[in-house]
Amino acid sequence: MARAAVLRRLSWTVAEVVDRADETPRVRSLTLDVPDWPGHLPGQHLDVRLTAEDGYQAQRSYSIATPVDGNRVTITVERLDDGEVSPYLTDVLVIGDRMELRGPIGGYFVWEPDRGGPLLLIAGGSGIAPLMAMLRELVRARSSVPVRMLLSWRTGEDVIYADELNTIARDATGVEIAHTFTRSAPSGWTGRTGRLDRDALAALAWTPSERPLAYVCGPTGLVEAVASTLVELGHDPARVLTERFGPTGG
Amino acid sequence: MTDAAYVDGSALGGLLIEVFGREMTDAHGCCASCGTVNPLGAMRVYRGAGDVMRCPTCGNVTIVTVVVQERTRVHLGGVRWIEPVA
Amino acid sequence: MSFTSRGFQRRQAPAAPSDRVPPGQYVTRDFPVLSAGPTPRIELAEWRLELIDQADRARSWSWQEFTALPTEEITADIHCVTKWSKLDTAWTGVPVDALLDGVETHARFVVAHSYGGYTTNLPLDDVVGGKAWVAYRYAGEPLEPEHGGPARLLVPHLYFWKSAKWLHSLELRADDEPGFWEGYGYHNYGDPWREQRYSGD
Repeated sequence: MARAAVLRRLSWTVAEVVDRADETPRVRSLTLDVPDWPGHLPGQHLDVRLTAEDGYQAQRSYSIATPVDGNRVTITVERLDDGEVSPYLTDVLVIGDRMELRGPIGGYFVWEPDRGGPLLLIAGGSGIAPLMAMLRELVRARSSVPVRMLLSWRTGEDVIYADELNTIARDATGVEIAHTFTRSAPSGWTGRTGRLDRDALAALAWTPSERPLAYVCGPTGLVEAVASTLVELGHDPARVLTERFGPTGG
Repeated sequence: MTDAAYVDGSALGGLLIEVFGREMTDAHGCCASCGTVNPLGAMRVYRGAGDVMRCPTCGNVTIVTVVVQERTRVHLGGVRWIEPVA
Repeated sequence: MSFTSRGFQRRQAPAAPSDRVPPGQYVTRDFPVLSAGPTPRIELAEWRLELIDQADRARSWSWQEFTALPTEEITADIHCVTKWSKLDTAWTGVPVDALLDGVETHARFVVAHSYGGYTTNLPLDDVVGGKAWVAYRYAGEPLEPEHGGPARLLVPHLYFWKSAKWLHSLELRADDEPGFWEGYGYHNYGDPWREQRYSGD
C-alpha cells in the first residue's frame, strides 16, 4: 500500500493541527490531520511550507515520527533559537491551525519489518524522530526483528519520548535501548556518558558479523562520526544509512 | 578534510519527486567520474546558489538542481545513469 | 486566494534604506554559509596565491609574502543570489590592483580558481580600479574556513558567488570562460542592481 503511495504525484496540501504535545522544554510534537493521506513508510518525511502575508515563503523537511495512522501524521520539532520555521511550529501553531505540507517523501532512509535486521537505530537529539516511527511500527507489528537503539542527548532534560522508550525497553522483548549524555547526566544516572565514540559503538552496537541494518540520524557531526566509525569497525557501508536535513535545520 | 557542510540526498527528495514524478531517493545513480553506484539518498548534497549532489565515494559532482522562478532544472552531467527501483 | 500561515512572518529584518538593498533581496544579520562542495582545509605553509597570465605563471605568493603586502580595510554590502544581503560587512584584504601592479597583460577576463575546484569568471575591468580584494580577515578576525579562509576573493558589486572562497589563483585570459555556477545557468556577469541572477535575465 505504501509502496504504491510513493509513486503518486506530490502536491501541496493543507493539513490541520489536531494535537500538540510538549516532549521537552524545546521540543514539541505536532499531530496533523491530512486529507487523503496516502499512507507512509517509517523513515519517510514531509516538507512543510509556511507563507507570510507578504508572500514570503519558507520550507523545511520533518521526519514523520509515527507509523501509518489513517490521515494522521506526527512530526517532532526542536525549536532552534535563531530558526525561522521551528519557533513558528513549536510556539505559534495551535490546535485548529492549518499548515501546508507535502509528502510522504523518501525511499532510501525507510524501514519496515520485511526489511529485517537486526536493527541498529542511532540518533542524536531530535534525530530520533524517524527512528521512533520505525520503533513504533516494530512494536505495533510485534515484529521479531531485534533492535539496539543508541541515543545521545546533551542533558537529562533533552530526552524525547522518555516514558514511552522506558516502556518499550521494559515490555518489548528483543528491544534494547541505551542512552548517553554528553553534557550533563540526570541526577542518579549510573549509565553511560560522553559521545558515541568508537569504544561506545563497539560495546553497544551489533557486531559486523551480525550484519545489522543501521539507521543514523541527527546533527551532522554526530552522524558523520558514527557512520564512519561503524564502517571502520567493519560494518558494511551499504547497510549504514544516514539522514540529515541540515546543519542548522531552522 | 572535515566536512560539516552537507546534507543527505533525502533533502532533495521532494524536488526529485516533482521532476521525475516518482520517489527517487532509492534510485541508484552511477557516478560518471568513478563509476561507483549509490542510492541518490546516500549522496551528499551541498547547498550553494543551487543544490549540488556529490558522489559519496569520490566527491565529484553527480547532479545539480537549480530552481529559477518556480522552474526546476536538473543537471545530470555527473551521472552515467540513474535507475529507479522497480 | 492562496494559503497563508496564520501568524507567520519572516524574521525581523534590520531596517535598511532601500537604496542599499537591490531588487528582490532582504537584509539579514546572519552570515549564511553556502557552498558547492566540502570546505577545503589548507595548511598555511602550503598555501599559495598565484597569478596566471594567459597560461604563464606570472606571480606567486606564499602566505608570509601575501600577508606582508599592504592591506585595506573594506566595509561593503554583500548580496547573495539566494536573496539575502548583509550590510556593512568589514574585511581586511589586499587590493587586486596591488597584485596586478606592474603586470602587463592583454587579458580582458579573469577566472578565479579555488582550492577544492570551484571557479568563477569576471571581466578584468571588474576586479581593478578599487573594485576587488583578496580578503583574509573578516570582522576583525582571521577569515574562517567556512567563509572562505585562508583567503577569498571579494567583489562586492556583483552577486557574492563571484567572490570565490578558498582562493588559489587568478587566471588572466583573453577569452571568457564560464565558471561553476555560470555553467549551471547562473548569469555570466551577475549585477545585483539589474537582478542578473540567471542567464537571460
